[in-house]
Amino acid sequence: MSEQSTQPKPHPVVPFLKIPDEGSPYLEAIKCGSCGAIYLADRMACGKCATRGGFAPLRLSNKGSIYSYCIVQRSFPGVEVPYISAIVDLEGGGTIKGNLIGAEPDPAKISFGMPVDVVFKDALGRKDREGNSYLSYFFQPRA
Amino acid sequence: MSNDVYVVGIDMIKFGRFPDTSLPKLAAQAVFGALDDAGVSIKDIQGLWCGNLMQANAMVGQQILQEIGQTGIGVVNCANACATGATAFRDAWMSIKAGIYDLVLAVGVEQMGKGLLGGPGGGKGIPKEGLLGSLTMPAVFAEAGMEHSRKYGTTFEQFAKVSVKNHHHSTLNPKAMYQIETPLEMVMGAEMISYPNTKLMCSVNVDGSAAAVLCSEKKARELGVMSRAVKIRASILTSDPWQERDLVMPDVNTCTRLAAKQAYEMAGVGPHDVNLVELHDCFATAELLHYENLGLCGDGEAGRMIDSGESALGGRVPVNCSGGLLSKGHPLGATGIANIYEVATHLRGEAGKRQVEGARIGMTHVIGLGSACAIHILEKPA
Repeated sequence: MSEQSTQPKPHPVVPFLKIPDEGSPYLEAIKCGSCGAIYLADRMACGKCATRGGFAPLRLSNKGSIYSYCIVQRSFPGVEVPYISAIVDLEGGGTIKGNLIGAEPDPAKISFGMPVDVVFKDALGRKDREGNSYLSYFFQPRA
Repeated sequence: MSNDVYVVGIDMIKFGRFPDTSLPKLAAQAVFGALDDAGVSIKDIQGLWCGNLMQANAMVGQQILQEIGQTGIGVVNCANACATGATAFRDAWMSIKAGIYDLVLAVGVEQMGKGLLGGPGGGKGIPKEGLLGSLTMPAVFAEAGMEHSRKYGTTFEQFAKVSVKNHHHSTLNPKAMYQIETPLEMVMGAEMISYPNTKLMCSVNVDGSAAAVLCSEKKARELGVMSRAVKIRASILTSDPWQERDLVMPDVNTCTRLAAKQAYEMAGVGPHDVNLVELHDCFATAELLHYENLGLCGDGEAGRMIDSGESALGGRVPVNCSGGLLSKGHPLGATGIANIYEVATHLRGEAGKRQVEGARIGMTHVIGLGSACAIHILEKPA
């Protein structure tokens, strides 16, 4: 029996976050082979062109820009506020939503089109009922 | 004889909080009002469409008949998010349009708790709220508003003015939840929920019901009620077509534009013919988007439109004279029919202090996130 004390591998917060055994985590979408529409989860057919199947995996970029956002000052009980909820267009296609970290929750400090990096960190310490840790993605203003 | 369909009776209860009244009893109050307004009995009604969201599996329509008269008619219980009431109304309309029935009832009813709507998380794994952005309704509609800001420079102040206007309108509507003026500094200074929506820019969760009696032209003439019969010139329902960002950003614009285009075509009128509109101001940010989506102004002009007062009572095309969802309140399943009540009341010239003078054509619009858009265009009695 191995005595290695490696940390258990975290679970991905969403299925489109991939955690390879070697190398860095990344986001992977699927792309319609017919019209090029991008989805973050499996579909029976393309929502845009209705072509059945024919999807190919698409590794999403870790670079993007703020498309829209809001600053959340009140959320459900137990959710720490304030935070910035951001919609980010990724370079090369795909749009994802997440928390913008490393920026002040002040509309004067956030601009549309602001370049951001997708970064991977622990999911704010949140664990599931079995006590498993999760890896999430966040947006961070590009240095 | 035409196959036009008319609203011959319609009513809503004063919206409020009625936790001690059962849902069917809440609905029955509006149904009695609508039946009495039409001068008909439940025994005359051939079919019932009931809109309710939160208890969609409870056979609410049949429970209503148990309160008011179990006549054995067919009942459809329908749920379609915030378009629930309008969907019930539209399906009732279709039954007459199809020639199946001549006199039917549509009712919408809802009892709501207080607090934020939206997904608190759940599903597999860990809660995502506050981790992958926010899925509360105020946040989702804040992001939709900020998309408009991005395109056109729309300001927090312009969004806030929507709430000032709609609260002002509701001071003239005794059936609204609130009758209070909320000056701009009060709206902008209220607790921030999700920037740019403050608490006073979020619709009010209330209990409420509204009901309508729909009638064929033949039957309306037979009943002798044509002088107060409001003609349904268009009834349209759409869902959201694919959009580039709709995986993470519910799109309330495209389905509204699609529905508006079809509704104007069906009615044979254009935006300039519309004298008043009740639209889905679930959040102040949403109202400005829909000025453009409904063609009430050009793209990018919504900010100017609210600044100019064109959408206020007395303006070019008054919007949400009832006080809107922001102040009249938003009992999800009842909202779609309550909007029709407001427009029909103006078209009948019975809206009292808030009457839009000379109103001939009115429009109602609701959006259920997910998404469903329903639009009705109504015409004053001949």
